[in-house]
Amino acid sequence: MIDVVMPQMGESIVEGTLTKWLKKPGETIGRDEPLFEISTDKVDTEIPSPAAGTLAEVLIEEGKTVGINTIVARINDGAGAASAAAPAAPQAKPEAPPPPAPVPEADGSPEPVATVVEETAGPLSPLVRKMARENNIDLSQVKGTGAGNRITKQDLETYLASKGAPQQKQAEPPAPPAQPQAAPPPPPPQAPQAVATIPQTVEVPSPPRVGEAPGTRVEPMSMMRQSIAKHMVFSKQTSAHVTTVHKVDFTKVAKARDKAKGNVQAQYGFSLTFLPFVLKAACVGLRQFPILNASIDGTNIIYHRDINLGIAVALENGLIVPVIRNADEKSVIGLQRAVADLAARARSRHLRPDEVQGGTFSITNFGSFGSVFATPVINQPQVAILGTGTVEKTPVVIDDAIAIRSIAYLALTFDHRLIDGALADQFTAKVKSILEGWTEEIS
Amino acid sequence: MSVDTIVDAARISACATSDLGLVRYAEALEVQRQSVEMRKSGAISDQLIIVEHPHVVTMGRNGHAEHLLASPEVLERAGISFFETDRGGDVTYHGPGQIVGYPILDLREWKRDVHAYVRAIERVIIDTLAGFGIVAGREAGATGVWTSEGKIAAIGVHVSRWVTSHGFALNVDTDLDYFRYIVPCGLTRPVTSMRSLGCQAERGEVVAALIQNFGRVFERQMENL
Repeated sequence: MIDVVMPQMGESIVEGTLTKWLKKPGETIGRDEPLFEISTDKVDTEIPSPAAGTLAEVLIEEGKTVGINTIVARINDGAGAASAAAPAAPQAKPEAPPPPAPVPEADGSPEPVATVVEETAGPLSPLVRKMARENNIDLSQVKGTGAGNRITKQDLETYLASKGAPQQKQAEPPAPPAQPQAAPPPPPPQAPQAVATIPQTVEVPSPPRVGEAPGTRVEPMSMMRQSIAKHMVFSKQTSAHVTTVHKVDFTKVAKARDKAKGNVQAQYGFSLTFLPFVLKAACVGLRQFPILNASIDGTNIIYHRDINLGIAVALENGLIVPVIRNADEKSVIGLQRAVADLAARARSRHLRPDEVQGGTFSITNFGSFGSVFATPVINQPQVAILGTGTVEKTPVVIDDAIAIRSIAYLALTFDHRLIDGALADQFTAKVKSILEGWTEEIS
Repeated sequence: MSVDTIVDAARISACATSDLGLVRYAEALEVQRQSVEMRKSGAISDQLIIVEHPHVVTMGRNGHAEHLLASPEVLERAGISFFETDRGGDVTYHGPGQIVGYPILDLREWKRDVHAYVRAIERVIIDTLAGFGIVAGREAGATGVWTSEGKIAAIGVHVSRWVTSHGFALNVDTDLDYFRYIVPCGLTRPVTSMRSLGCQAERGEVVAALIQNFGRVFERQMENL
């Protein structure tokens, strides 16, 4: 059973008004799903659930104003239910005589589960975060003495001093859930909920508590990481991914590029890579095979008139796919400019909302990291993505003679629900033939 | 760049600004919704969206129906739309001649403090007005910006995962008659505008000053989109 408390939304804030419950008792809720709204001053705030489970009970009704850290609800996560049903027995730990002065002894102040602390302990200063990180401190173990039980630098120092040697760790795992209250108040509604939690456990078969093994470090995922994770799994569950790989002779493109490179750099201030040639060729291919520039909606196929190419850009700790709109209307130089601009702004997080939406087909250039070929994941709701491998000088046999050519692999991942192998290969062959026969002037 | 350098660096973060001009309230809600979503995922930087709305009356989560002095039907006949929203605060009016600002900020990258945020918005407006020779200030317990002649700017904010939406409305040369349909923010006190205080400033100048002050108060590098 997990307590949900009124969070502190700022240093000077000591209470909040619960304006709206977004879930009813008995409803299931995901971790981080909005659970209730509070209002302080002229600010309304959605508060996400600290855990997944069932909303067991609501302790504060809408319209009531309560102090921060007041328990407003309880969530029945799988674990809590089990230990509440069978108390004491399996709890080896609590039996052990409490060590003389265990630092974090819960003293009435509701000490929420570790995951809640970040939200409820109030704003932690960068200094405190840094100290906690450097000393590998679990902040849920530290008692805050600042305003609203906020953890201060002094608290960390006291904690470290009391532990003597830097964390000889796991001695006391974060407060065993529900251990202090022998019989938590809310049992009646328990039985039906236990049932409700079963699918929950099935749904999340993640290995239990890896995070707490010695020699590990727990760090919450960034929002971007979470959203990439969700997107990737969603795509794999949605599309029937198949990847086809064609070997492409880039020798003519390499020549055209070498010829124009210096000029482009001097005139436009960016370097010319192989990528815009691939984009250009892909646009021609997409015009000829529009089903690759489509989406699936139920049992309908949506063909997109415009060709808006998503370009995967690697970030420090993530990935984003900004979009070049009407890419087929741009020259090789124009495409290179768009790629350079979007990539730079993606990395400095200066993209506009509309620049990361509305892609109809994506291109990923794993070759820029030295990969020869890979099997990219489709960027939903698109139906195909083209990956370009690194271009390498390679000996090849031409007319029974050995020649040195600039070779790269193009990998097309397509959604087999909509596109069959033959068509995917025709498209890729078209792209290949444009690149291999490159004659166009660039500037 | 490691996490440490992001936390510790004194670098100035960017805030993209866009003045969208006259935008219907419903559209502005949609723009905000999308921006908030992308701000949460880290796809975009902080944003300051500036708009002007056609006549609209909106009611916040804590709104009291009795502060709406006209029924939705009466409002409709007067050409005023009506919306219930998820921002903080009571009833308010937006219309031509008003600068409405919707900052989409990730407060985790500023201060995790919603009150400090509201006070900072007030500071931006107070300093902007000072630049046009108008003395304005705060009143305890009445969020917003006040002058001797009454309230000149209203504030109402929504926060989700520390990302802000909704924001502030500053009366430049608003037709104050429209406020008679409501009890603004539940306060039976007069409203005023820059124009009725004798300031002839144009909307564009005021927007520019707001953006500049916003950058200074929030320590953001303001960039025009």
